[in-house]
Amino acid sequence: MTHLPSGVGVGFKSAHFEAIRASARQMDFFEIHAENYMGAGGVPHAQLTALREDHAISLHGVGLSIGGPGPLDRDHLERLRALCLRYQPESFSEHLAWSSHGTEYLNDLLPLPYTPETLALVCDHIDEVQEALGRRMLLENPSTYLMFEQSSIEETAFLREIVRRTGCGLLLDVNNVFVSAANQQRDPRAYLADFPVEAVGEIHLGGHDEDHLPGGALLIDTHGSPVAEPVWTLFAEVIARIGACPVLVEWDNDVPEWPVLQAEAARARSVLNAAGHRHALAS
Amino acid sequence: MPSHPEFAGSFAEGLRTAALPPGAVFCDGDADLRFAVYRNNVSHSLSEALGQRFPVIRRLVGDPFFAALGRVYSETHRPRTPVLLDWGDSFPDFLAGFAPLAGYPYMRDVARLEWARGRAYHAADAAPLDPAAVAGADPSRLVLTLHPSVQVLQFGAAALTIWRQNQPGADAAQRIPSGDQFALVLRDRSLAVQVHEISQGDLILVEHLATGATLHAAAELAQWADPGHAPQTVLVLLMQAGGFIHPPES
Repeated sequence: MTHLPSGVGVGFKSAHFEAIRASARQMDFFEIHAENYMGAGGVPHAQLTALREDHAISLHGVGLSIGGPGPLDRDHLERLRALCLRYQPESFSEHLAWSSHGTEYLNDLLPLPYTPETLALVCDHIDEVQEALGRRMLLENPSTYLMFEQSSIEETAFLREIVRRTGCGLLLDVNNVFVSAANQQRDPRAYLADFPVEAVGEIHLGGHDEDHLPGGALLIDTHGSPVAEPVWTLFAEVIARIGACPVLVEWDNDVPEWPVLQAEAARARSVLNAAGHRHALAS
Repeated sequence: MPSHPEFAGSFAEGLRTAALPPGAVFCDGDADLRFAVYRNNVSHSLSEALGQRFPVIRRLVGDPFFAALGRVYSETHRPRTPVLLDWGDSFPDFLAGFAPLAGYPYMRDVARLEWARGRAYHAADAAPLDPAAVAGADPSRLVLTLHPSVQVLQFGAAALTIWRQNQPGADAAQRIPSGDQFALVLRDRSLAVQVHEISQGDLILVEHLATGATLHAAAELAQWADPGHAPQTVLVLLMQAGGFIHPPES
Protein backbone atom coordinates (compact mmCIF):
# COMPACT_ATOMS: atom_id res chain seq x y z
CA MET A 1 0.00 0.00 0.00
CA THR A 2 2.95 2.29 0.53
CA HIS A 3 6.67 1.87 0.10
CA LEU A 4 7.57 4.95 2.10
CA PRO A 5 10.24 4.28 4.70
CA SER A 6 9.22 4.27 8.34
CA GLY A 7 10.64 7.56 9.46
CA VAL A 8 10.01 11.27 9.13
CA GLY A 9 9.43 13.45 6.10
CA VAL A 10 8.27 16.99 5.47
CA GLY A 11 6.19 18.66 2.82
CA PHE A 12 8.59 19.95 0.18
CA LYS A 13 8.59 23.69 -0.48
CA SER A 14 10.51 25.17 -3.38
CA ALA A 15 11.92 27.89 -1.11
CA HIS A 16 13.73 25.22 0.93
CA PHE A 17 15.41 23.56 -2.02
CA GLU A 18 18.87 25.12 -1.59
CA ALA A 19 18.86 24.62 2.18
CA ILE A 20 17.93 20.95 1.73
CA ARG A 21 20.71 20.44 -0.80
CA ALA A 22 23.21 22.20 1.45
CA SER A 23 22.42 20.16 4.55
CA ALA A 24 23.29 16.55 5.22
CA ARG A 25 20.54 14.12 4.32
CA GLN A 26 18.13 14.27 7.22
CA MET A 27 14.68 13.50 5.87
CA ASP A 28 13.49 9.99 5.18
CA PHE A 29 11.11 11.26 2.51
CA PHE A 30 9.51 14.35 1.03
CA GLU A 31 5.86 14.83 0.19
CA ILE A 32 4.79 16.97 -2.75
CA HIS A 33 1.40 18.30 -3.77
CA ALA A 34 0.81 16.65 -7.13
CA GLU A 35 -0.98 19.64 -8.65
CA ASN A 36 2.10 21.85 -8.24
CA TYR A 37 4.01 19.60 -10.63
CA MET A 38 1.54 19.56 -13.48
CA GLY A 39 3.26 22.24 -15.50
CA ALA A 40 5.31 21.14 -18.47
CA GLY A 41 8.84 21.90 -17.25
CA GLY A 42 11.09 24.46 -15.59
CA VAL A 43 12.13 24.82 -11.96
CA PRO A 44 9.46 22.60 -10.34
CA HIS A 45 10.46 19.53 -12.34
CA ALA A 46 14.18 20.30 -12.10
CA GLN A 47 13.92 20.48 -8.31
CA LEU A 48 11.78 17.39 -8.01
CA THR A 49 14.11 15.41 -10.27
CA ALA A 50 17.07 16.40 -8.09
CA LEU A 51 15.18 15.65 -4.88
CA ARG A 52 14.03 12.32 -6.17
CA GLU A 53 17.61 11.17 -6.84
CA ASP A 54 18.27 10.55 -3.18
CA HIS A 55 14.92 10.66 -1.40
CA ALA A 56 11.71 8.68 -1.27
CA ILE A 57 8.74 10.71 -2.54
CA SER A 58 5.14 10.76 -1.40
CA LEU A 59 2.80 12.11 -4.08
CA HIS A 60 -0.13 13.80 -2.35
CA GLY A 61 -3.08 14.90 -4.46
CA VAL A 62 -5.40 17.69 -3.39
CA GLY A 63 -7.67 18.06 -6.41
CA LEU A 64 -9.11 14.72 -7.48
CA SER A 65 -12.45 15.25 -5.71
CA ILE A 66 -12.84 11.62 -4.68
CA GLY A 67 -15.82 12.48 -2.49
CA GLY A 68 -17.61 14.40 -5.24
CA PRO A 69 -20.85 13.30 -6.86
CA GLY A 70 -19.63 13.51 -10.43
CA PRO A 71 -17.36 11.15 -12.31
CA LEU A 72 -13.65 11.61 -11.67
CA ASP A 73 -11.89 14.05 -13.99
CA ARG A 74 -10.21 11.67 -16.45
CA ASP A 75 -7.77 14.32 -17.61
CA HIS A 76 -6.68 14.91 -14.05
CA LEU A 77 -6.31 11.20 -13.41
CA GLU A 78 -4.14 11.01 -16.51
CA ARG A 79 -1.96 13.85 -15.20
CA LEU A 80 -1.53 11.93 -11.95
CA ARG A 81 -0.70 8.79 -13.86
CA ALA A 82 1.96 10.65 -15.84
CA LEU A 83 3.52 11.97 -12.62
CA CYS A 84 3.55 8.46 -11.13
CA LEU A 85 5.24 7.11 -14.25
CA ARG A 86 7.82 9.88 -14.33
CA TYR A 87 8.78 9.99 -10.66
CA GLN A 88 7.78 6.52 -9.40
CA PRO A 89 6.72 7.87 -5.98
CA GLU A 90 6.74 5.44 -3.06
CA SER A 91 3.18 6.45 -2.20
CA PHE A 92 0.13 8.18 -3.61
CA SER A 93 -2.49 9.65 -1.33
CA GLU A 94 -5.66 11.74 -1.61
CA HIS A 95 -8.46 12.99 0.62
CA LEU A 96 -11.88 11.92 1.77
CA ALA A 97 -13.36 15.15 0.46
CA TRP A 98 -14.58 16.83 -2.70
CA SER A 99 -13.24 19.92 -4.44
CA SER A 100 -14.87 20.17 -7.87
CA HIS A 101 -18.45 20.80 -8.89
CA GLY A 102 -19.40 20.49 -12.51
CA THR A 103 -16.70 22.35 -14.39
CA GLU A 104 -15.66 24.43 -11.38
CA TYR A 105 -12.65 23.66 -9.21
CA LEU A 106 -13.14 25.09 -5.72
CA ASN A 107 -9.63 24.61 -4.27
CA ASP A 108 -10.71 23.40 -0.84
CA LEU A 109 -11.30 20.01 0.73
CA LEU A 110 -15.07 20.10 1.15
CA PRO A 111 -17.04 17.75 3.40
CA LEU A 112 -19.51 15.04 2.47
CA PRO A 113 -22.28 13.38 4.42
CA TYR A 114 -21.51 9.77 5.25
CA THR A 115 -24.30 7.65 3.77
CA PRO A 116 -24.59 4.37 1.87
CA GLU A 117 -24.82 6.47 -1.32
CA THR A 118 -21.59 8.40 -0.73
CA LEU A 119 -19.83 5.26 0.48
CA ALA A 120 -20.56 3.54 -2.83
CA LEU A 121 -19.47 6.63 -4.80
CA VAL A 122 -16.21 7.01 -2.92
CA CYS A 123 -15.41 3.30 -3.30
CA ASP A 124 -16.09 3.45 -7.04
CA HIS A 125 -13.78 6.45 -7.34
CA ILE A 126 -11.01 4.78 -5.37
CA ASP A 127 -11.33 1.64 -7.49
CA GLU A 128 -10.94 3.83 -10.56
CA VAL A 129 -7.89 5.65 -9.17
CA GLN A 130 -6.16 2.44 -8.12
CA GLU A 131 -6.84 0.89 -11.50
CA ALA A 132 -5.61 3.94 -13.43
CA LEU A 133 -2.45 4.33 -11.35
CA GLY A 134 -1.81 0.61 -10.99
CA ARG A 135 -1.20 0.92 -7.28
CA ARG A 136 -2.94 1.03 -3.94
CA MET A 137 -3.58 4.51 -2.61
CA LEU A 138 -3.90 6.02 0.83
CA LEU A 139 -7.05 7.96 1.76
CA GLU A 140 -6.77 10.78 4.32
CA ASN A 141 -9.33 11.56 7.02
CA PRO A 142 -10.51 15.18 6.71
CA SER A 143 -10.71 18.21 8.96
CA THR A 144 -14.37 19.16 9.18
CA TYR A 145 -16.22 22.26 10.36
CA LEU A 146 -19.80 21.11 9.89
CA MET A 147 -21.82 17.96 10.39
CA PHE A 148 -24.80 16.81 8.36
CA GLU A 149 -27.96 15.32 9.75
CA GLN A 150 -28.23 12.94 6.80
CA SER A 151 -24.96 11.26 7.81
CA SER A 152 -25.86 7.77 8.98
CA ILE A 153 -22.37 6.29 9.26
CA GLU A 154 -19.57 7.26 11.65
CA GLU A 155 -16.46 8.50 9.85
CA THR A 156 -14.31 5.71 11.29
CA ALA A 157 -16.81 3.06 10.15
CA PHE A 158 -17.03 4.77 6.77
CA LEU A 159 -13.24 4.59 6.38
CA ARG A 160 -13.12 0.99 7.59
CA GLU A 161 -15.70 -0.04 5.01
CA ILE A 162 -13.82 1.82 2.23
CA VAL A 163 -10.68 -0.10 3.16
CA ARG A 164 -12.59 -3.38 3.16
CA ARG A 165 -14.23 -2.76 -0.21
CA THR A 166 -11.32 -1.20 -2.12
CA GLY A 167 -8.20 -2.50 -0.44
CA CYS A 168 -6.82 1.02 -0.15
CA GLY A 169 -4.78 2.13 2.84
CA LEU A 170 -5.33 5.14 5.09
CA LEU A 171 -3.41 8.29 5.78
CA LEU A 172 -4.13 9.17 9.39
CA ASP A 173 -3.90 12.93 9.87
CA VAL A 174 -3.70 13.34 13.64
CA ASN A 175 -4.15 17.11 13.43
CA ASN A 176 -7.33 16.57 11.40
CA VAL A 177 -8.60 14.17 14.07
CA PHE A 178 -7.96 16.79 16.75
CA VAL A 179 -9.49 19.64 14.71
CA SER A 180 -12.63 17.71 13.76
CA ALA A 181 -13.15 16.33 17.25
CA ALA A 182 -12.82 19.79 18.81
CA ASN A 183 -15.23 21.25 16.26
CA GLN A 184 -17.74 18.47 16.87
CA GLN A 185 -17.18 18.59 20.63
CA ARG A 186 -16.26 14.95 20.68
CA ASP A 187 -13.36 12.97 22.12
CA PRO A 188 -10.43 12.54 19.70
CA ARG A 189 -9.28 9.48 21.67
CA ALA A 190 -12.62 7.76 21.09
CA TYR A 191 -12.22 8.47 17.36
CA LEU A 192 -8.69 7.10 17.34
CA ALA A 193 -9.72 4.04 19.36
CA ASP A 194 -12.18 3.19 16.61
CA PHE A 195 -9.88 4.12 13.73
CA PRO A 196 -8.84 1.14 11.56
CA VAL A 197 -5.16 1.60 12.40
CA GLU A 198 -4.19 -1.67 10.72
CA ALA A 199 -4.69 0.12 7.37
CA VAL A 200 -2.54 3.17 8.20
CA GLY A 201 0.30 3.68 5.74
CA GLU A 202 1.28 7.20 6.73
CA ILE A 203 0.62 9.77 9.44
CA HIS A 204 0.29 13.53 8.94
CA LEU A 205 1.03 16.20 11.50
CA GLY A 206 0.38 19.90 10.96
CA GLY A 207 -0.60 23.11 12.68
CA HIS A 208 -4.05 24.64 13.13
CA ASP A 209 -5.57 27.96 14.15
CA GLU A 210 -8.04 28.40 16.98
CA ASP A 211 -11.03 30.71 17.12
CA HIS A 212 -13.99 30.95 19.44
CA LEU A 213 -17.65 31.01 18.47
CA PRO A 214 -20.74 31.30 20.64
CA GLY A 215 -21.25 27.54 20.39
CA GLY A 216 -17.68 26.66 21.30
CA ALA A 217 -14.17 26.47 19.90
CA LEU A 218 -13.58 26.58 16.18
CA LEU A 219 -10.34 24.99 15.05
CA ILE A 220 -9.18 25.55 11.48
CA ASP A 221 -6.70 23.32 9.69
CA THR A 222 -4.31 25.94 8.34
CA HIS A 223 -0.89 24.20 8.15
CA GLY A 224 0.57 27.59 8.98
CA SER A 225 2.03 27.07 12.46
CA PRO A 226 3.84 24.49 14.62
CA VAL A 227 2.06 21.26 15.54
CA ALA A 228 -0.02 21.92 18.66
CA GLU A 229 0.90 20.24 21.96
CA PRO A 230 -2.30 18.15 22.26
CA VAL A 231 -1.67 16.85 18.74
CA TRP A 232 1.87 15.78 19.71
CA THR A 233 0.37 13.93 22.67
CA LEU A 234 -2.20 12.12 20.50
CA PHE A 235 0.52 11.33 17.97
CA ALA A 236 2.73 9.75 20.65
CA GLU A 237 -0.22 7.64 21.81
CA VAL A 238 -0.87 6.45 18.26
CA ILE A 239 2.78 5.56 17.70
CA ALA A 240 2.92 3.72 21.03
CA ARG A 241 -0.03 1.68 19.79
CA ILE A 242 0.96 0.94 16.19
CA GLY A 243 4.76 1.32 16.19
CA ALA A 244 6.89 3.26 13.75
CA CYS A 245 5.47 4.27 10.38
CA PRO A 246 6.06 7.03 7.81
CA VAL A 247 5.29 10.38 9.48
CA LEU A 248 4.98 13.69 7.67
CA VAL A 249 5.10 17.23 9.04
CA GLU A 250 3.06 19.60 6.86
CA TRP A 251 3.60 23.36 6.80
CA ASP A 252 2.00 24.97 3.73
CA ASN A 253 1.24 28.57 4.69
CA ASP A 254 3.54 31.19 6.23
CA VAL A 255 6.26 28.69 5.43
CA PRO A 256 9.10 29.07 7.95
CA GLU A 257 12.85 28.91 7.47
CA TRP A 258 14.17 25.40 6.90
CA PRO A 259 15.62 24.97 10.44
CA VAL A 260 12.16 25.51 11.97
CA LEU A 261 10.71 22.72 9.88
CA GLN A 262 13.74 20.58 10.65
CA ALA A 263 13.08 21.04 14.36
CA GLU A 264 9.45 19.89 13.97
CA ALA A 265 10.66 16.86 12.05
CA ALA A 266 13.26 16.13 14.72
CA ARG A 267 10.57 16.16 17.38
CA ALA A 268 8.48 13.69 15.37
CA ARG A 269 11.55 11.51 15.00
CA SER A 270 12.17 11.52 18.73
CA VAL A 271 8.63 10.22 19.27
CA LEU A 272 9.26 7.40 16.78
CA ASN A 273 12.60 6.60 18.37
CA ALA A 274 11.13 6.49 21.87
CA ALA A 275 8.42 4.11 20.69
CA GLY A 276 11.00 1.96 18.91
CA HIS A 277 12.96 1.80 22.12
CA ARG A 278 9.90 0.72 24.09
CA HIS A 279 9.01 -1.89 21.48
CA ALA A 280 12.57 -3.22 21.63
CA LEU A 281 12.37 -3.49 25.42
CA ALA A 282 9.03 -5.24 25.27
CA SER A 283 10.12 -7.86 22.77
CA MET B 1 -32.81 13.44 2.14
CA PRO B 2 -30.95 15.18 -0.71
CA SER B 3 -29.00 13.01 -3.09
CA HIS B 4 -25.26 13.60 -3.14
CA PRO B 5 -25.44 15.59 -6.40
CA GLU B 6 -28.16 17.77 -4.87
CA PHE B 7 -26.15 18.22 -1.70
CA ALA B 8 -22.94 19.18 -3.53
CA GLY B 9 -24.83 21.52 -5.86
CA SER B 10 -26.41 23.35 -2.94
CA PHE B 11 -23.08 23.46 -1.12
CA ALA B 12 -21.27 24.92 -4.14
CA GLU B 13 -24.02 27.51 -4.61
CA GLY B 14 -23.89 28.37 -0.93
CA LEU B 15 -20.20 29.16 -1.22
CA ARG B 16 -21.34 32.21 -3.20
CA THR B 17 -24.64 33.02 -1.48
CA ALA B 18 -23.90 31.94 2.12
CA ALA B 19 -27.04 29.76 2.11
CA LEU B 20 -26.38 26.73 4.31
CA PRO B 21 -26.14 23.38 2.52
CA PRO B 22 -28.95 20.90 3.24
CA GLY B 23 -28.68 19.03 6.50
CA ALA B 24 -25.91 21.20 7.95
CA VAL B 25 -26.22 21.04 11.68
CA PHE B 26 -24.31 22.42 14.52
CA CYS B 27 -24.80 22.64 18.19
CA ASP B 28 -25.97 26.04 19.42
CA GLY B 29 -26.88 27.18 15.97
CA ASP B 30 -23.65 28.70 14.74
CA ALA B 31 -23.62 26.57 11.61
CA ASP B 32 -23.50 29.73 9.49
CA LEU B 33 -20.21 30.76 11.05
CA ARG B 34 -18.79 27.27 10.57
CA PHE B 35 -19.95 27.08 6.97
CA ALA B 36 -18.18 30.43 6.54
CA VAL B 37 -14.87 28.62 7.13
CA TYR B 38 -15.36 26.77 3.85
CA ARG B 39 -16.51 29.93 2.09
CA ASN B 40 -13.47 31.77 3.34
CA ASN B 41 -11.09 28.89 2.50
CA VAL B 42 -12.29 28.81 -1.11
CA SER B 43 -12.19 32.56 -1.54
CA HIS B 44 -8.91 33.10 0.32
CA SER B 45 -7.02 30.20 -1.24
CA LEU B 46 -7.99 31.21 -4.77
CA SER B 47 -7.18 34.85 -4.08
CA GLU B 48 -3.79 33.78 -2.70
CA ALA B 49 -3.10 31.65 -5.78
CA LEU B 50 -3.95 34.64 -7.95
CA GLY B 51 -1.74 36.92 -5.89
CA GLN B 52 1.22 34.58 -6.31
CA ARG B 53 0.69 34.67 -10.06
CA PHE B 54 0.18 38.45 -10.21
CA PRO B 55 2.40 39.87 -7.44
CA VAL B 56 2.86 43.30 -9.06
CA ILE B 57 -0.88 43.76 -9.52
CA ARG B 58 -1.29 42.91 -5.84
CA ARG B 59 1.41 45.41 -4.93
CA LEU B 60 -0.12 48.11 -7.12
CA VAL B 61 -3.63 47.81 -5.70
CA GLY B 62 -2.64 46.80 -2.14
CA ASP B 63 -3.49 43.65 -0.19
CA PRO B 64 -7.02 44.54 0.98
CA PHE B 65 -8.14 45.64 -2.48
CA PHE B 66 -6.52 42.59 -4.06
CA ALA B 67 -8.32 40.26 -1.65
CA ALA B 68 -11.65 41.75 -2.74
CA LEU B 69 -10.60 41.70 -6.38
CA GLY B 70 -9.53 38.06 -6.05
CA ARG B 71 -12.86 37.15 -4.49
CA VAL B 72 -14.85 38.74 -7.32
CA TYR B 73 -12.64 37.20 -10.01
CA SER B 74 -12.64 33.74 -8.43
CA GLU B 75 -16.43 33.75 -8.05
CA THR B 76 -16.99 34.78 -11.66
CA HIS B 77 -14.08 32.86 -13.21
CA ARG B 78 -13.72 29.65 -11.23
CA PRO B 79 -10.73 27.47 -12.17
CA ARG B 80 -11.73 24.77 -14.66
CA THR B 81 -9.20 22.23 -13.44
CA PRO B 82 -7.28 21.57 -10.21
CA VAL B 83 -4.09 22.72 -11.96
CA LEU B 84 -4.03 26.27 -10.62
CA LEU B 85 -0.91 27.18 -12.55
CA ASP B 86 -3.19 27.22 -15.61
CA TRP B 87 -5.70 29.53 -13.93
CA GLY B 88 -5.78 33.29 -14.46
CA ASP B 89 -5.40 33.66 -18.22
CA SER B 90 -8.53 35.82 -18.32
CA PHE B 91 -7.41 38.00 -15.39
CA PRO B 92 -5.79 40.75 -17.55
CA ASP B 93 -9.01 41.25 -19.53
CA PHE B 94 -11.03 41.05 -16.33
CA LEU B 95 -8.94 43.91 -14.90
CA ALA B 96 -9.54 45.98 -18.03
CA GLY B 97 -13.29 45.66 -17.50
CA PHE B 98 -13.27 46.09 -13.72
CA ALA B 99 -14.94 49.45 -13.14
CA PRO B 100 -13.09 50.44 -9.94
CA LEU B 101 -9.80 50.22 -11.89
CA ALA B 102 -11.01 52.20 -14.90
CA GLY B 103 -8.54 55.01 -14.14
CA TYR B 104 -5.55 52.67 -14.38
CA PRO B 105 -5.33 51.54 -18.02
CA TYR B 106 -1.89 49.93 -17.57
CA MET B 107 -3.23 47.25 -15.19
CA ARG B 108 -4.22 44.92 -17.99
CA ASP B 109 -0.78 45.11 -19.60
CA VAL B 110 1.09 44.62 -16.32
CA ALA B 111 -1.07 41.53 -15.74
CA ARG B 112 -0.34 40.28 -19.28
CA LEU B 113 3.36 40.56 -18.52
CA GLU B 114 2.97 38.68 -15.24
CA TRP B 115 0.93 35.95 -16.96
CA ALA B 116 3.63 35.61 -19.63
CA ARG B 117 6.29 35.28 -16.93
CA GLY B 118 4.30 32.47 -15.29
CA ARG B 119 3.92 30.69 -18.62
CA ALA B 120 7.65 30.96 -19.21
CA TYR B 121 8.37 29.59 -15.73
CA HIS B 122 6.31 26.45 -16.38
CA ALA B 123 7.01 26.03 -20.12
CA ALA B 124 8.31 22.72 -21.41
CA ASP B 125 12.02 21.98 -21.19
CA ALA B 126 14.04 21.91 -24.41
CA ALA B 127 17.79 21.77 -24.97
CA PRO B 128 19.21 25.06 -26.32
CA LEU B 129 20.52 25.22 -29.85
CA ASP B 130 24.28 24.90 -30.20
CA PRO B 131 25.32 28.06 -32.11
CA ALA B 132 27.81 25.95 -34.07
CA ALA B 133 24.85 24.10 -35.61
CA VAL B 134 23.81 27.24 -37.51
CA ALA B 135 27.17 28.95 -37.98
CA GLY B 136 27.55 30.01 -41.61
CA ALA B 137 23.96 29.01 -42.45
CA ASP B 138 22.24 30.85 -45.31
CA PRO B 139 19.71 33.24 -43.66
CA SER B 140 17.33 32.83 -46.59
CA ARG B 141 17.05 29.11 -45.75
CA LEU B 142 17.57 29.20 -41.98
CA VAL B 143 14.49 28.51 -39.85
CA LEU B 144 15.12 28.98 -36.14
CA THR B 145 12.95 27.21 -33.53
CA LEU B 146 12.12 29.25 -30.43
CA HIS B 147 12.21 27.80 -26.93
CA PRO B 148 8.64 27.17 -25.64
CA SER B 149 9.13 29.87 -22.99
CA VAL B 150 9.79 32.68 -25.50
CA GLN B 151 7.01 35.27 -25.77
CA VAL B 152 6.88 38.85 -27.04
CA LEU B 153 4.35 41.44 -25.91
CA GLN B 154 3.36 44.93 -26.96
CA PHE B 155 2.03 47.38 -24.40
CA GLY B 156 0.03 50.50 -25.12
CA ALA B 157 0.91 52.04 -21.78
CA ALA B 158 4.23 51.99 -19.94
CA ALA B 159 3.49 48.62 -18.38
CA LEU B 160 7.07 47.40 -18.58
CA THR B 161 8.42 50.42 -16.70
CA ILE B 162 5.69 50.14 -14.10
CA TRP B 163 6.38 46.43 -13.68
CA ARG B 164 10.11 47.14 -13.21
CA GLN B 165 9.43 49.87 -10.67
CA ASN B 166 7.51 47.37 -8.60
CA GLN B 167 10.19 44.73 -8.37
CA PRO B 168 11.81 44.19 -4.97
CA GLY B 169 14.53 46.80 -4.45
CA ALA B 170 13.67 48.70 -7.62
CA ASP B 171 14.07 52.43 -8.05
CA ALA B 172 10.54 53.80 -8.11
CA ALA B 173 11.64 57.23 -9.35
CA GLN B 174 12.10 56.28 -13.01
CA ARG B 175 10.40 58.44 -15.55
CA ILE B 176 7.26 56.90 -17.00
CA PRO B 177 7.72 56.99 -20.79
CA SER B 178 4.88 57.72 -23.15
CA GLY B 179 4.20 55.57 -26.19
CA ASP B 180 4.27 51.82 -26.76
CA GLN B 181 6.66 49.42 -25.08
CA PHE B 182 7.75 45.99 -26.26
CA ALA B 183 8.93 43.10 -24.11
CA LEU B 184 10.61 39.76 -24.61
CA VAL B 185 9.98 37.14 -21.93
CA LEU B 186 11.90 33.88 -21.77
CA ARG B 187 13.37 31.33 -19.40
CA ASP B 188 17.16 31.21 -19.56
CA ARG B 189 19.61 28.31 -19.27
CA SER B 190 19.58 28.54 -15.46
CA LEU B 191 15.74 28.32 -15.53
CA ALA B 192 15.36 31.94 -14.43
CA VAL B 193 12.64 33.94 -16.19
CA GLN B 194 14.03 37.06 -17.90
CA VAL B 195 12.15 40.14 -19.07
CA HIS B 196 13.82 42.41 -21.64
CA GLU B 197 12.70 45.61 -23.25
CA ILE B 198 13.02 45.24 -27.01
CA SER B 199 12.18 47.34 -30.05
CA GLN B 200 9.14 47.07 -32.28
CA GLY B 201 11.35 45.52 -34.97
CA ASP B 202 12.60 42.91 -32.49
CA LEU B 203 9.01 42.02 -31.64
CA ILE B 204 8.06 41.61 -35.29
CA LEU B 205 11.17 39.56 -35.98
CA VAL B 206 10.43 37.16 -33.13
CA GLU B 207 6.74 36.93 -34.06
CA HIS B 208 7.67 35.85 -37.58
CA LEU B 209 10.33 33.42 -36.38
CA ALA B 210 7.62 31.88 -34.21
CA THR B 211 5.46 31.22 -37.26
CA GLY B 212 8.32 29.44 -39.06
CA ALA B 213 9.56 32.24 -41.31
CA THR B 214 13.19 32.08 -42.39
CA LEU B 215 15.59 34.40 -40.61
CA HIS B 216 15.95 36.44 -43.77
CA ALA B 217 12.19 36.85 -44.26
CA ALA B 218 11.60 37.69 -40.60
CA ALA B 219 14.38 40.31 -40.64
CA GLU B 220 12.96 41.88 -43.82
CA LEU B 221 9.50 42.10 -42.31
CA ALA B 222 10.94 43.64 -39.16
CA GLN B 223 12.80 46.24 -41.15
CA TRP B 224 9.75 47.05 -43.22
CA ALA B 225 7.73 47.82 -40.10
CA ASP B 226 10.59 49.39 -38.14
CA PRO B 227 12.93 51.08 -40.64
CA GLY B 228 16.58 50.79 -39.71
CA HIS B 229 15.97 47.80 -37.49
CA ALA B 230 19.04 45.61 -37.01
CA PRO B 231 18.29 42.07 -35.89
CA GLN B 232 21.64 41.29 -34.25
CA THR B 233 20.91 42.50 -30.72
CA VAL B 234 17.81 40.39 -30.12
CA LEU B 235 19.30 37.38 -31.94
CA VAL B 236 22.39 37.44 -29.73
CA LEU B 237 20.22 37.86 -26.65
CA LEU B 238 18.09 34.87 -27.64
CA MET B 239 21.08 32.71 -28.54
CA GLN B 240 22.91 33.46 -25.30
CA ALA B 241 19.88 32.88 -23.09
CA GLY B 242 18.96 29.59 -24.74
CA GLY B 243 15.98 31.06 -26.57
CA PHE B 244 16.60 28.91 -29.65
CA ILE B 245 16.34 25.14 -29.56
CA HIS B 246 17.11 22.32 -31.92
CA PRO B 247 14.19 21.83 -34.31
CA PRO B 248 11.78 19.08 -33.30
CA GLU B 249 12.44 15.81 -35.11
CA SER B 250 10.01 15.50 -37.95
